[in-house]
Amino acid sequence: MIRVTNLGLAIDGKTILHDISARIPPQGLTAVIGPNGAGKSSLLYCLSGLTRPTSGQVSIDGADITAARTTDRARMLALLPQVTPALPRLTVADLVAFGRWPHHRGRPNDTDRRIVAQAIRDLDLDDLLDRRLDTLSGGQRQRAFIAMNHAQSTPWMLLDEPLSALDPRYASDIMARLVELSRPGTGRAIVVVMHDLAMAVRHADWVICLKAGRLFRSGPPSETLTGAGLSALFDTPIHVEHLRGRPVVIID
Amino acid sequence: MRGWTAAGLALGVLVAASLGIGAGDLSGADGGQLFLASRMPRTAAALLAGAGLALAGAVVQMAVQNRLVEPGLTGTPESAMAGLLAVTLIAPGTPLLGRMIVASVAALAGTAGFLLLARHIPREDPILLPLVGLVYGGILGSAVTWVGWTTDLMQLLSSWQLGEFSGVLQGRYELLWLIAGLAALLYAIADRITMLSLGEDRARSLGLDYRGTLLSGLVVVAVIVAAVVVTVGVLPFVGLIVPNLVSRWRGDNLRANLPMIAAAGGGAVLASDVLGRVIRWPYEIPAGTIFAVAGAVLFLWLLYAPGKAPRRHG
Repeated sequence: MIRVTNLGLAIDGKTILHDISARIPPQGLTAVIGPNGAGKSSLLYCLSGLTRPTSGQVSIDGADITAARTTDRARMLALLPQVTPALPRLTVADLVAFGRWPHHRGRPNDTDRRIVAQAIRDLDLDDLLDRRLDTLSGGQRQRAFIAMNHAQSTPWMLLDEPLSALDPRYASDIMARLVELSRPGTGRAIVVVMHDLAMAVRHADWVICLKAGRLFRSGPPSETLTGAGLSALFDTPIHVEHLRGRPVVIID
Repeated sequence: MRGWTAAGLALGVLVAASLGIGAGDLSGADGGQLFLASRMPRTAAALLAGAGLALAGAVVQMAVQNRLVEPGLTGTPESAMAGLLAVTLIAPGTPLLGRMIVASVAALAGTAGFLLLARHIPREDPILLPLVGLVYGGILGSAVTWVGWTTDLMQLLSSWQLGEFSGVLQGRYELLWLIAGLAALLYAIADRITMLSLGEDRARSLGLDYRGTLLSGLVVVAVIVAAVVVTVGVLPFVGLIVPNLVSRWRGDNLRANLPMIAAAGGGAVLASDVLGRVIRWPYEIPAGTIFAVAGAVLFLWLLYAPGKAPRRHG
């Protein structure tokens, strides 16, 4: 379980996050949603330990993340940052192999190689092994980065807007894979910052709603992803209806 | 493997040419002496300087995640010169090794200054960073020139500002062998340097000591550049062109490509030096000048040539 207690973050005197207390269950997929500038990515980075909060605590499975050693942290959680413009010309095989770095620190053994091979299979990257990142489509690239995180074999995976800039086909493909990777029994929970409410409604098991740097609401989708809740969160009329047994989001 | 055979052959031909070509006559009475005291050192110096600068370029490019940057565009050689000038003025009797250390520390400080500056440069347009580096290096260079001018040290300064190998003799270039050691060190930390190119967030989330790795990389760059500036002078563009050519061809995995980057850098500089000896026989054109001319053409190609078609697997 991730437990956030009275978390605050200020950068250059500007308050980004204010007194956030929440918990994230240790299985399934948690969506972090909210309007632009609500502090979603900042919260994710505080969870990851890469950003040190100004106040409050983040404890992951009972350990204080800010006090964790770099290597221990990298064995506890994998982070997928937003897409960067400059990508190295690394092959998919090389990239995924770097996922094992926190475990072998430069000396991979057979177990590491086996896990890398498995991660490549799990994300259907066999045909792209020798391709360089800069020659891949957006969806393929995201799959490669997720495979790297998968190979990192951490109980937690944090993703910052992995669906942005993907067309619906790739977005739903990536989302389905994330659901697969966080299925009960995999020993892994996934936290995703996302804008796509339709995806959140479809796939999230738990939801954190942020608004203007504060926790607006958190809980299971039945309590958080309601028409009234989303309308208040985004200050715009939003309805959640059911179509063929599935919830759908309608924005007025 | 074919690439390696071709590279090895080309390098062998260049070395033979460099050893054989020169104003002096090797078959004369002092031929053996000439060979050992001048031709050999000169050939080794060109190979080492070229290899070092190419590796330094690759490290800088990965560190700032920008392919258009090289040590000559981060104020590194200018800072090294500032250090050398300071030593010459304050403690003129300092031995070469001492001057080299001061130059390295100054180069490191100057490069770190550029990195601090780079943190504030937006990354969307990759051309912005090298332009800022150009201005930064220009400002440092003007300051160095001003000091050199007012202290009557312009002649010394000009020996650092244009890389050429005609003055390389046994006993005056050995510092460059440091580069061989630094290349080995770089090989040992090659994976970490490659991880820098994934960006700070990804590298740190993989458990990399980002700052420590960055610092190690910059120390290697600073020492290489200082060694080259002290012994043969600045060779612009080597660190830009060579890593870019190798990266285009073989990608960015530093561990896999380090030998090729070093070989290509050494070969390119040696080729420039051999050409410079031949074009206006028996006079010489500095290798730095030859490389800059050839490099400008290659650079335009790098900027405008379409990316390599993806290789299909299996």
